[in-house]
Amino acid sequence: MTSIGTGYDLSNSVFSPDGRNFQVEYAVKAVENGGTAIGIRCKDGVVLGLEKLVSSKLLKKDANKRISTVDRNMGVVYSGLQPDGKHFVSRARDEASSWRSTYKAPIPVSSLANRMGSYVQAYTLYNSVRPFGITAIIGGYDAETELSVDGAVGSGPKSGSGGKTKGAKEGGPYLYMIEPSGTYWGYYGAASGKGRQAAKSELEKLKLDPKDGECISLEEGVKEAARIIYVAHEDNKDKDFELELTWVSSVAGPTKGRHEEVPKALREEAEKLAKKSMEGDEDDEEEEKMEE
Amino acid sequence: MNHLPQAWGRPRDDIYGAYDHSYLPQTHANTHPTTHTQSPVVTGTSVLGLKFKDGVVLAADNLASYGSLARFTDVKRLKPFNRKAVVGFGGDVSDMQYLDRLLNSLDVQENYSGAATTEEDDGEAPAATADGEGGEDKHKAILDAKNLHTYLSKVLYKRRSDFNPLWNAILVAGLTTPPPPAPSTSTSSPKDTTTSKPTGPAPSRKPIPYLAYADLLGTTYSSPTLATGFGAHLAVPIMRRAVPDEAAAAKLSREEAVEIVKKCMKVLFYRDARSMNEYSLCVIDGKGVDLQENIKLEGESWAFAEGIKGYGTQTV
Repeated sequence: MTSIGTGYDLSNSVFSPDGRNFQVEYAVKAVENGGTAIGIRCKDGVVLGLEKLVSSKLLKKDANKRISTVDRNMGVVYSGLQPDGKHFVSRARDEASSWRSTYKAPIPVSSLANRMGSYVQAYTLYNSVRPFGITAIIGGYDAETELSVDGAVGSGPKSGSGGKTKGAKEGGPYLYMIEPSGTYWGYYGAASGKGRQAAKSELEKLKLDPKDGECISLEEGVKEAARIIYVAHEDNKDKDFELELTWVSSVAGPTKGRHEEVPKALREEAEKLAKKSMEGDEDDEEEEKMEE
Repeated sequence: MNHLPQAWGRPRDDIYGAYDHSYLPQTHANTHPTTHTQSPVVTGTSVLGLKFKDGVVLAADNLASYGSLARFTDVKRLKPFNRKAVVGFGGDVSDMQYLDRLLNSLDVQENYSGAATTEEDDGEAPAATADGEGGEDKHKAILDAKNLHTYLSKVLYKRRSDFNPLWNAILVAGLTTPPPPAPSTSTSSPKDTTTSKPTGPAPSRKPIPYLAYADLLGTTYSSPTLATGFGAHLAVPIMRRAVPDEAAAAKLSREEAVEIVKKCMKVLFYRDARSMNEYSLCVIDGKGVDLQENIKLEGESWAFAEGIKGYGTQTV
């Protein structure tokens, strides 16, 4: 960063001569120190996972959940500054509820990502504010079945509601990641935080692109998410962490279209498998050393 | 000339004439006081509720009337809130829609804290233990029927106190967990309370059936047999014959309860001119909410009408 010290990094809303907003880049640095967060878009749902670093032994285990629910069918996980994340989630909930009061239906994941992207971007424009110190991952399931309008009392015309293309596929699992700059993209697998590089290379090995044939199922996704968080934690081994896992499926799936914590039994199984695979890796390494 | 402070800085009436209030919006003009709903417009008739030993039966027909016109015939007036509570609405249908959306947003907010929607939650209140642990995660509380009734009655009372009532009479039915038995203070003096601890975790309390009424005035009451509107006159006596008190309700089976409510729905269809022969019936018990929305009245017969004398142009 040649321009550091020239004063162009002191304020938002001021470009450096080579066209950079340093405050945003520093916000990205803040994110890079946070616990790893991942999202996996599976065939029949989305899994969110978090390596929640335990900041004190005095904190109650399994309390203070960090993955939040927005509306009923969406979850948000983030790496970076926690208070910024809390504010982000609060805003996302407001957006979702204002969408409902306007359209009498839940907000689609893409629209929430769009609105939150705009919101985060606005914090890069003014010198009175600083950018968000988080990268947020939004995962949700837009209903495929036709939802009734909120508050509707009748079944409406028997011949079907107008304006629908016959046979068009609607809804499905969606995953977006929003960066401190306000940039957002849709992903098959997303990772942020300290262990993102390791997590990304693991995510790339999974079958997540529908073009490459059958994607992994939600349950496989849960197990992979647990494993990937353990892999990502390898570089940060001196710190304790708790694994947080949530998922969302279609109305026909295990969560009935809601974003929920992964049930205890499945989470423990996934965690056991993750630990086993880590031990397996260590054994392999030892064996390799022996061979050498 | 007017020297009173409220006239300071205003154009003088004796020169410019009195201010023409007709330019102001209706609410600011001095012509009329502000008014809110004076009467409901599209309405639903009675809602019936009956407790039985494991739960509650709720029923309401599918009609929304516009005055005396049977305007909408597919209006569902029983609204499940969660697996422990259902609300049945009588009165104004648009106010019902408002309340339905309000409850919808309440449910969304309740879920933010990761409220238990999973199967493993048995819905019982956490057993309070001596060390203050609130129970494990499978014991997360959700809003039950009693909580919901309290909430709705306060919404209704607030609105009537604003002179802007929500024109509904509602029944809230479902399950609730009874409060813990009061600690017996007679055996120990106040000094002992610090040393004496419960010997073990309190036994988990089983949810019990709950049924209560609230209306546009904020009035509330509860009974094992309840009805709103015309049903309070026509159906309650029939239900009371079978279930005079809580003890009788505690002996009633689900089948018997459904049978009684169905019979009442038939009587209401015969005698309430704002009713119809298609209705919704809901049973809430420990297994959850079982809602049927398109039940047709069975065994309809107007033969009894032959014997009715004393109305219209008859001369007896």
